[in-house]
Amino acid sequence: MSGRGTLVWPYPIRYEQEDTYETDVLILGGGIAGVWAAIAARRAGARVTIMEKADTRRSGAGGTGVDHWGYAADNPCSRITPAEMTSALVENHFGYRNGISTYIHASSAYETLLEMEAMGGKVRDTEDEFKGAPFCDDQTKLLFAYDYDNRYCIRVWGANFKPLLRRRCKRLGVEFLDRTSATALLTDDGAYGARVVGATGINCHTGAFVVVRAKAVILATNRPQRIFTFSSEHRGTAAHRGGSNVGNGYAMAWRIGAEFTLMEKTIRSPYASPYSYPSYGTGNAINTWYPSTIVDARNKEVPWVDCNGRVLSTVDERCRPAAGQKFFLMGGGNSSQPHPGLKQYAGPKLITDLEPRMMKGEFTPPFYADLTGMPWYERKAIWGLMVGQEGKTRVPILQTYEASGFDPAKDMLQTYDFLRGQGMREFVAPQERTFGEMGVAGGLLTDWDLMSNIPGLFGAGDLLFASQDHVNAATTGRYAGARAALYARGTDHGKLDSGQIGREKKRVLAPLAEASDSIDWKELNNGVARVMQNYCAELKNEELLKLAETWLADIEQNEVRRVSAGNPHQLMRTLDVIDILTCAKMIVQASKARKASSDVLSFSRLDYPENDPPEWHKYVVIRHDDNGGVQVTSRPLGFWGDYEKNYGPRHAENIAAMQGTGATAATHIR
Amino acid sequence: MESSVLRAEPNRPTPGRPIIFNPSICNACNTCVTVCPEDVFIPSPVKGESPIVLYPEECWYCGVCVDDCNRPGAIRLSHPLQQRARWKRKATGEHFRVK
Repeated sequence: MSGRGTLVWPYPIRYEQEDTYETDVLILGGGIAGVWAAIAARRAGARVTIMEKADTRRSGAGGTGVDHWGYAADNPCSRITPAEMTSALVENHFGYRNGISTYIHASSAYETLLEMEAMGGKVRDTEDEFKGAPFCDDQTKLLFAYDYDNRYCIRVWGANFKPLLRRRCKRLGVEFLDRTSATALLTDDGAYGARVVGATGINCHTGAFVVVRAKAVILATNRPQRIFTFSSEHRGTAAHRGGSNVGNGYAMAWRIGAEFTLMEKTIRSPYASPYSYPSYGTGNAINTWYPSTIVDARNKEVPWVDCNGRVLSTVDERCRPAAGQKFFLMGGGNSSQPHPGLKQYAGPKLITDLEPRMMKGEFTPPFYADLTGMPWYERKAIWGLMVGQEGKTRVPILQTYEASGFDPAKDMLQTYDFLRGQGMREFVAPQERTFGEMGVAGGLLTDWDLMSNIPGLFGAGDLLFASQDHVNAATTGRYAGARAALYARGTDHGKLDSGQIGREKKRVLAPLAEASDSIDWKELNNGVARVMQNYCAELKNEELLKLAETWLADIEQNEVRRVSAGNPHQLMRTLDVIDILTCAKMIVQASKARKASSDVLSFSRLDYPENDPPEWHKYVVIRHDDNGGVQVTSRPLGFWGDYEKNYGPRHAENIAAMQGTGATAATHIR
Repeated sequence: MESSVLRAEPNRPTPGRPIIFNPSICNACNTCVTVCPEDVFIPSPVKGESPIVLYPEECWYCGVCVDDCNRPGAIRLSHPLQQRARWKRKATGEHFRVK
């Protein structure tokens, strides 16, 4: 790459220029939630525009695939009802899981999957590859994972779902603003907390400033990452969410006064590690590799146990509920860490005392995932179906490993358990902590319309509080798209405020100014992460959190003004890190607001050591007010009320709306 | 021996080559430039040449460039050396790794 310094920027530079568009429903973020929202809103008759930082063909955390279509309690083979599924998931998170999005997910996952199938997605074993397997339903040819008795999790061939969804959007006349990073939400007449009337963005290739006027806006951007852990040189093969997922939507909505909850929940996790091995690319027995056999260096099998501690003697038993258990939610997990959650929903897993038994000499490291001795259908399902369709597995794992000679019928993939490891991923650097890379996380607070406290501002996917995964994004995207289209039907375009737009344009373009003492976006990210590692991580108290506040404000006052970008791509990354800084501030504010420790939220306050006292069993809600302060309120656990009474009528309305067609395409004004 | 100019160059980011093109197969259609979620490529200024990986350290190894390439074999991923997994052949005990 010598001579790189002589390269000329390949795209026309259009700094200062403005492109203005008008639409009915504007979707910020064209990942899984965004494209499903677009399809639904368009079917419901709205003009629809997607603003996407990357390219909608493959963008987003789910752009490279999906293998589990989970919690599909509405599928014809499921023995669990959507209400049972939702209650179990909420209970298993001790109340801190989004009952609204989870019920939408559990009630419409299969309905959504059938639409995916109609678009050309493969969702059943049409070639009879798995005929006779215990997880295959003969009649529907659906394949199931985890709990073979209760059949709520469907195995799918999802590696090409995203391009198919994009093609459907295109055929429906959705307008794409690709390579355009959203930067701010616009409010009616520029008033703080008023209804949303559009958004701004910046073209990541040309630098042109984009203004879109809309009747409703759906935030479908992902969660912030790189809050605690960032490597300037390694993005990491393990990263589950891409480098563009930085919480732009959180920052934008925070700045106009939207409510957020559960932002204080951060966890020690190697999921964010830039140094870890590729996800699903090491020996393990969880998720995509469930229910793999694990052996030690001398080929001795590590036993599996059920939730009662009974040792299981067959592979088949790893996929059945225990005695007295109606169903299990998820099994596997790392041998060195008990799976979080309640015993009544815990699935089979490896023995939890493997480490002490290894130390006494009963087992010899290293350990390996051994598919060679498993039944053919389990081996073929894990390697080839699940590894191959799950996001970031087809090329980086399946093809790359096979090109290097890996053969699942002969070879055993090493685990890194106990070699400074933790199963699939391993801690290799201190303070590896994450907000949004793993599990459910904090996010936008919404009602049953998936609308926030800001009128016209909807949310979908990972950005919704305590929600997660591909299917949740698909189902909530689809639901929010229909709700936003219905909202747009009854409203006119609001008033754009030129002052608000002008101030945002100035903010967005500021990093282009050269300064003799400038720093770049990577250094800024590392600086923010260091403050969070030191003052808002494992240990928290008022003094530490006050210091976090002080030092983040200091960075904002000093380094943010000195950060500089040399081209539109670097400008996009720079704006990303400024949003990461805003998200870090939100996490600090939420951490200050929860004045109690909580085991279930991995939240430790040295000054409030009592764990989960009853008066703190609630959602802490934060909102930025227009004086620069923070308003703190709360919602009781289960504040969403009755599932079906809230969902049923809205769902019926959505379906009726999506059966309509019409409306013209969005228009480019100039 | 002719004297040559030694260029003074900064260090490259690490890992420096996450994506490797095979120029004899690549037809420079730039599909990878279009679809890359992280926008790590730019088209080559030389017509007919493979794209340039301008921001290798931003690659998250999703493989979309390989998967969506119309010319099989034109692009391959190259995992960071420290992140290449290892395995053992059960029957022989031989050890292997991602190359």
